[in-house]
Amino acid sequence: MIEVSDLSQVFVAEDGGKVTALTDVSLDIADNEIVTIVGPSGCGKSTLLRLISGLIKPSGGSVVIDGETVKEPRADMGIVFQAPTLLPWATILDNVLFPLKMMGRLDAKATERAKSLLTMVGLGDFMQHRPRQLSGGMQQRAAICRALVHQPKLILMDEPFGALDALTREQMSIELLRIWNADKKTILFVTHSIPEAVLLGDRVVVMSPRPGRIAEIVTVPLSRPRDFESEEDPEFRRCCNRIRNLIYNPNLTAGARHA
Amino acid sequence: MHKYKKAIREIGIPAVTLLLLGCFWELSVKIFTIPEYLLPAPSKIWNDTTVLGWNLIHHIASTLRTIGLGFTLALCVSLPLAITIAYSRIMSVAIYPLLVLTQSVPKVALAPILIVMLGANDLPKIIVTFLISFFPLVISITTGLVSVPPEYIELARSVRASRVRELLSIRLPYAIPFIFSGIKVAITLAVVGAVVGEFVAAENGLGYLITSSMAYFKTPVAFGAILILALTSISLFQTVVLIEHFLFPWARPVERQR
Repeated sequence: MIEVSDLSQVFVAEDGGKVTALTDVSLDIADNEIVTIVGPSGCGKSTLLRLISGLIKPSGGSVVIDGETVKEPRADMGIVFQAPTLLPWATILDNVLFPLKMMGRLDAKATERAKSLLTMVGLGDFMQHRPRQLSGGMQQRAAICRALVHQPKLILMDEPFGALDALTREQMSIELLRIWNADKKTILFVTHSIPEAVLLGDRVVVMSPRPGRIAEIVTVPLSRPRDFESEEDPEFRRCCNRIRNLIYNPNLTAGARHA
Repeated sequence: MHKYKKAIREIGIPAVTLLLLGCFWELSVKIFTIPEYLLPAPSKIWNDTTVLGWNLIHHIASTLRTIGLGFTLALCVSLPLAITIAYSRIMSVAIYPLLVLTQSVPKVALAPILIVMLGANDLPKIIVTFLISFFPLVISITTGLVSVPPEYIELARSVRASRVRELLSIRLPYAIPFIFSGIKVAITLAVVGAVVGEFVAAENGLGYLITSSMAYFKTPVAFGAILILALTSISLFQTVVLIEHFLFPWARPVERQR
């Protein structure tokens, strides 16, 4: 259970001026829920994710996970960044084991788990390869394994498929759903793709910029497990349209019902 | 086949050029009867230098020892210093101007003073070697440590890595290519440092061989010593290149794939 209450973030710019990146964001996320965050660039969606991760401290408000206020990154949390950020000197297997090594929890069982994770995402034959021998999509798969290897309860994903080509991207979202189905976790997923947000999320947090705040939280009534077929569903289109309207015509939808 | 052609081009052509230059040199000296003390012929240099035998080996060993000790000292001092500078803002502000100051002092000029301070033993020449080679090391290691992309640091923080683990697992490996470019500069400078030290105070070493033979106008021996120094410099540099290539293959420039 994640409770975000009245979160706000003010950055001090280089000229001394203040930029409000996020203001009065409140959000509750249940266990094993997938919540996607979508919005135009500059709406503070990445900032929100980083505040929840504990990588940065909020200017106001609080993030409470399982009754504990977040002050620093938690051990039961995994992050996937937009870039794979794999260590170029380490093999794919060592990269996946990196969090455990840093936490001093490396053992034979962990290595087995890392190997089975890699096999699950189709990298079984690439464990001893170096990151630069792999394509962007494969690198990001390895990065996802790295975020899962210490069996976190919460996965934070900051536009993880943003740098991938459109085809790989679609494939990766289905794969993520498959991973989640096999081993349920709470996932917070930032994206700038509306279909991706709807396909993955139980709820879609739509954010609006200047200052960053939640415009609306759209509940996605699609059944699980989901796949490409889900995109044919009228509910899928309705959700996409709703979000598109919120983003492109904020004035028309202002004050409208909360879905 | 293609590989052979490349090898011939990259090794064969420079070798032939050198050979031709040598012949030209030899012939010019013979034809224009240039006095030996001005410009000795390559054959004369070879004969006069090799005739020294074990004595020559002794000089080479002495110089290599000075280079080795001075350079190792530089590496041992610059690594912790660079880490201190990279991690502490205050230390960086405190040390950096001092570093630049030591760098702007001509080390060659320091040599005679060092002899008075440290005595007429091996220490002054080792210290001169150290002083000349440690600056590029500190600068390159520091640059490597602080130029780690913020994503990697964030990754380390997200998995709750301690500062020591962050240094050992992220910053130092990332700095390897930087460290090696510093080492490449420093190792060639160390040769210069050793020779300077031997010029000023030594009873052996190639630098001493140059000054002592020139005192008796034995120019061929001086030339021989200089050529050996050049070879030493090149071999040390190439050794560093090879070490980097084999120990840290991931640090090689990215080859075009597929």
